[in-house]
Amino acid sequence: MAKRAAPEINAGSMADIAFLLLIFFLVTTTMDVDTGITRILPPPVKNKNENVDVKERNVMKVLINSHDLMLVNGKPAAISNLTQKVVDFMSLHPNNKSYPEVQEKFIPGLGKKVLMSKGIVSLKNDRGTSYKMYISVQDAIAKAFNLMKDQESLKYYGLKFDQLVDPKKIKTVNKLVPIRVSEAEPENVGGQ
Amino acid sequence: MRENTLLVKIKLPTATQVQKLQKKSLVSYIYIGEPVNTTLGSTSRIQLNDSYATVKDIPEFVSKERQARNEADRNLITTSLKVDENTKMGIVTDVKQQLRKANALKINYSTRKVLKR
Repeated sequence: MAKRAAPEINAGSMADIAFLLLIFFLVTTTMDVDTGITRILPPPVKNKNENVDVKERNVMKVLINSHDLMLVNGKPAAISNLTQKVVDFMSLHPNNKSYPEVQEKFIPGLGKKVLMSKGIVSLKNDRGTSYKMYISVQDAIAKAFNLMKDQESLKYYGLKFDQLVDPKKIKTVNKLVPIRVSEAEPENVGGQ
Repeated sequence: MRENTLLVKIKLPTATQVQKLQKKSLVSYIYIGEPVNTTLGSTSRIQLNDSYATVKDIPEFVSKERQARNEADRNLITTSLKVDENTKMGIVTDVKQQLRKANALKINYSTRKVLKR
């Protein structure tokens, strides 16, 4: 038998095929990044009759009904100016009775006492409220608190809150602007 | 790279003030929305893992999720609520009440990020 050279596979296009496969997998792989609004739920109440007394002037009542309409302290309001209202409500006015009370609190990160508002945003929604509306309201309130965090951060560190790197500073600003949002027990008034 | 096949339709609402979820291994998911299979009607359903569930199943789900994690990490679990934007708050509130009872207090309302409304 004559010796024949083993036939060779033409591997010239191998790189092209590999490249195409790479592109294919790059395009088809989905990496969903999870984003959202993080909140801490209040711990379960053991004694149902135990209601925490909060003074009327310290509470900003936000109500949403089953038709997705909003009342802020008994007056109709729109989402567009809710942020402004929350910022205004939480601002410090020690001698004005129509604003929440203020108290001095010791902030370890700053090593001194700082005046802080005792205001609370109380959010109450109906069972028939749409989730979309609820999220827009939560978003507007979150925006207000983030604005205040930016303010405090600029005041003490000269940087916006999301530009802070030092975890100690971030913690201090979080202490300075606690997210004071309370959610009431659900109600069913407007029907589903 | 999804962990679960979705049995419910979910179109997440949009928000501007969103944060990224930090540790994915410490996140458990609860899905709420209309069933994909239209023969099941259009009432919103809860999906835990790979099956439909009722509100009562949540405490058990939470304790199972806890047991699946390290002892040190058990209090750091975030529950991500992936809820369709057209869902009524009733069912969401029920879920939240159950989570409170089960002491899973860290929650995240999953939303898509938009820059401006």
